[in-house]
Amino acid sequence: MKSYLNAVRAVIWKDLTAEWRTRENLSAMLVFALLVILIFNFALELDIQAQESLSAGVLWATFIFAGTIGLNRSMAVEKDRGCLDGMLLAPVDRSVIYFGKAIGNLIFMLLVEIIVLPVYSFLYQVPVFQPGFLLVVLLGSIGYVAVGTLLATMVIQVRTRDILLPILLFPLTLPVIIAAVKASQGFLQMVPLDDIAAWLNLLIVYDLIFTSVAFMVFDYVVEE
Amino acid sequence: MIQVKRLVKRFGPLTVLKELDFEVRSGEFVALLGPNGAGKTTLLRILSSLSKPNSGLVQVASYRLPEGAVSVRAQLGVVSHQPLLYGDLTAEENLSFFARLYGVEKPRIGDVLDLVGLSRRKSDLVRIFSRGMQQRLAIGRAILHNPRILLLDEPHTGLDQEAGEILDKLLREIALEGRTVVMTSHDLIRAAELASRVDILSKGKIKASTETSGLGSAELVSFYREVLQEAGGAA
Repeated sequence: MKSYLNAVRAVIWKDLTAEWRTRENLSAMLVFALLVILIFNFALELDIQAQESLSAGVLWATFIFAGTIGLNRSMAVEKDRGCLDGMLLAPVDRSVIYFGKAIGNLIFMLLVEIIVLPVYSFLYQVPVFQPGFLLVVLLGSIGYVAVGTLLATMVIQVRTRDILLPILLFPLTLPVIIAAVKASQGFLQMVPLDDIAAWLNLLIVYDLIFTSVAFMVFDYVVEE
Repeated sequence: MIQVKRLVKRFGPLTVLKELDFEVRSGEFVALLGPNGAGKTTLLRILSSLSKPNSGLVQVASYRLPEGAVSVRAQLGVVSHQPLLYGDLTAEENLSFFARLYGVEKPRIGDVLDLVGLSRRKSDLVRIFSRGMQQRLAIGRAILHNPRILLLDEPHTGLDQEAGEILDKLLREIALEGRTVVMTSHDLIRAAELASRVDILSKGKIKASTETSGLGSAELVSFYREVLQEAGGAA
């Protein structure tokens, strides 16, 4: 177990070190996310009612599009110099690679969210700094990254992977996106917790199921 | 050390390896020669557990594949024509990453950097390395965990004369340590100089095998041509 966790930590360390040096992935995700938030703000500015009812959807659309950029680039690095093969040759359970990459992707997504949320709060005049709302952001991001990392690995060999990933990913993550939007909207509009609980439960169940499924099938996904 | 019997590998309708038999004894340095598409890389990928066979027996270091894949990987070092290294990490960071994956202690990283002659460049990013330096570091990555078997897939691809000679010297040193080496190559002269045995693979089967002791490069070239002519040309 100790060597398993060490190997997972090594994959995370490798991704963070390389990203810290280039900041390519994070800057692309961040610039894209801020642009989307800004464009939607201008588009909805005249209609305050629409802005209130749509702001949670705007936020999640932003996270998801930025997250897809991150997932694509994170796996492209592994493909470039055959690095994925380098990791697959290590005498460790291959789920190590999945968890290492998924946690790395989650860290990138959360870093972008940490920067985007205050901007979003300011532009849309919504109270985002409440524990319930932040929990939804965390659970939604986990669900999205859990499925996204698995699918990004699946399409790594395909020439059109940049296009294929969102086509496969968006339908599969629809439950987590809907639940995250509904729960976020509930918290932003101060709806009682009982009314949001079902969406929160859906997020938790989705995260657990898809993380377990990814753990079980990752070996087959990377198989030639 | 390596035993392959009646190995079949298909990619869709295309059968790349056709009931191939192949054996390597402990400490041997075998060069696998053959035209493009003969199945050399496919065979190495199966031996390194990166690909699964459709049928046949594959046994590496007494472990049967694919069941014993994790144990086999602990005994294997692989060098491909791609470096399998991260360009945005330094040489030392790359080895440190793989050392953590293989459970290797830190002092070994310095030893390996010394062996491949990259100690002075350990803090440089791999992306600024020349192809020759990247390939030397790739060998360092492959021997980091002291594997008993080395699989080299066209390691000289893209190297200039000087870099190729440095790599040859390194491979000789590694082979002298008693490791079993299987190397695919298109360079017959190099194969004759480095390997103790040469196997010729064509159309998914080993067509001929010969010891290299007492065999000059010119003789090997004519032997290779004869075998391929008999086999019906390129695969």
